[in-house]
Amino acid sequence: MNYEISKEPINIQSVIDKVVQREAGAITTFIGTVRELTHGKKTLYLIYEAYESMAVKKLEQIGQEIEERWPGSEVAISHRVGKLDITDVAVVIAVSTPHRADAYEANRYAIERIKEIVPIWKKEHWEDGQEWIGNQKETVSYPTGKPEEADLHE
Amino acid sequence: MNKVLFFAHLRDAVGEESVEVEAAGKTIAELKQQLAEAHGIQKLDAVMAAVNEEFADDDEVIKEGDTIAFIPPVSGG
Repeated sequence: MNYEISKEPINIQSVIDKVVQREAGAITTFIGTVRELTHGKKTLYLIYEAYESMAVKKLEQIGQEIEERWPGSEVAISHRVGKLDITDVAVVIAVSTPHRADAYEANRYAIERIKEIVPIWKKEHWEDGQEWIGNQKETVSYPTGKPEEADLHE
Repeated sequence: MNKVLFFAHLRDAVGEESVEVEAAGKTIAELKQQLAEAHGIQKLDAVMAAVNEEFADDDEVIKEGDTIAFIPPVSGG
């Protein structure tokens, strides 16, 4: 189970352990955390929601894309759902590769792809209200709600 | 029958996580229009759809038993 949607706090070390391999010279870990201030506005907490079965499939797809682009890589991703407080861990991505440059690049690729194609949503709760957030990537295409064709199939 | 799933602000707008509809033979675009009228949802045409957990284009034809999900712009990570 290298790709998980978790209702419980993510054990960071357990995600890293999944990509340990004798061929690796590097493991990079990305830990996404809940930020208090966004454009000066204070977040109290977040609710993350997922279309869980599809989200796991899309995380697996991202892993496959990485293994094709960076041969010899291994990937594990866990994304949290439910209520998260400020500083809580929302996502952990671990990538191991034979050489360090690939581990950094592939890990960055994973988080950008999560923001494009994985059906997970966050609801921000502020002191004065709440709102579902969409389109964090602020790409040209996504305001229409559609990932680019290439995003879906590559 | 077909199960239709709603998430995030769409679920709030519809007031339900899912509905059952007869959608076999219809395209995604046709189903969007039908649901938008039935539930008073605005801008459903700007939302991605998934059929059986894979992204689908508006012209994809729905088959008996397919599960359709409407996927608002995602905000994970």
